[in-house]
Amino acid sequence: MNAGIAQLQMQFRDYTISLYQQGFLDDQFTELKKLQDDGSPDFVAEVLSLFFEDCVKLIGNMARALDKSTGTVDFSQVGASVHQLKGSSSSVGAKRVKGLCVTFKEYCEAQNYEGCVRCLQQVDIEYKTLKTKLQDMFNLEKQIVQAGGVVPQVDID
Amino acid sequence: MAARDGGVSCLRRTEMIGIGIGELESPPSDSDQVHVLAVDDSLVDRIVIERLLRITSCKVTAVDSGWRALQFLGLDDDKASVEFDRLKVDLIITDYCMPGMTGYELLKKIKESTSFREVPVVIMSSENVMTRIDRCLEEGAEDFLLKPVKLADVKRLRSYLTRDVKVSADGNKRKLVEDLSNFSSPVTTSPPPLSTSTSMESSESTRPSSPVGFISSSPESSTSPVDSPIRRREMKSLGLD
Repeated sequence: MNAGIAQLQMQFRDYTISLYQQGFLDDQFTELKKLQDDGSPDFVAEVLSLFFEDCVKLIGNMARALDKSTGTVDFSQVGASVHQLKGSSSSVGAKRVKGLCVTFKEYCEAQNYEGCVRCLQQVDIEYKTLKTKLQDMFNLEKQIVQAGGVVPQVDID
Repeated sequence: MAARDGGVSCLRRTEMIGIGIGELESPPSDSDQVHVLAVDDSLVDRIVIERLLRITSCKVTAVDSGWRALQFLGLDDDKASVEFDRLKVDLIITDYCMPGMTGYELLKKIKESTSFREVPVVIMSSENVMTRIDRCLEEGAEDFLLKPVKLADVKRLRSYLTRDVKVSADGNKRKLVEDLSNFSSPVTTSPPPLSTSTSMESSESTRPSSPVGFISSSPESSTSPVDSPIRRREMKSLGLD
């Protein structure tokens, strides 16, 4: 089944490269991969899993803080959660999410309600998109390993 | 509170586990390894920094706030910390922006203490603000790391640490005390015991903590002043990359 493994490996390589090229991931994700080894083979997947849990929690906080029905919006509260999300997305290499957080933070500082709501919607879509993409990537890895192959190291230029 | 001896660190270990994944300590007798106290309110960042440090052969205690860091160091009350002679902390690395107590405030408290003022403190921040960096350096911070932290950054930190991962004189003494019948045999250290993993992470690294082969003293930092972390920050803020 060598042809099968080779094909999977090529798929994996192409897919990974596309994630970087489309701006989903940046070199911090590459840094995380450096921290993975035989002793901790699922390190990247586990950190990303924690990150996505963080997304759910923080986006929930932002939504609540932007809820006008509870009174006036506290933009500093929104901003605090955005700041946290910006930090963790930066730490895992989630480039698009991080970029959105930068914009989001500016809207918070400007106390621009519509801008904040838009960013909230976008960041929600963005983290979910990334989650799906990464799940596909991790599945390819799994398939390669199950077929008896080795997950290739992908060099991003 | 329990007696202020090894019992306290046991108590704290269980306390620390309650705050989240990633708190891991080797038994205090394992004094050959570099011990780093990492402080960050973000769980994701804590996991990453802990892994970065462990990969560079450090023993790591990760806590989620300045207050807990002080608690761990025994600086949270004003009692004299003689009981903490055995608590070896070789480096403290802390996030700057944290709710409650900032990294800067934590830095000040550490530098004010008698027991830990000599311990190098490194500040991490996602923001490259010169005034912030200056403040921290003036207060005695050893270095300032821009987040996201990379493996190369952590490897460079090892150069601050006087303690290296090697056989120490203490280690030899311990061996002799333990086994007097081997008094005349050549002094060798047996590999330190495997760190007992009480972490909830199933993927926790189980590599042996033997120092052989893990001395990653790859000096990434050149001695040129241009390359020093402080200069690098200055150059970055001037737009010179």
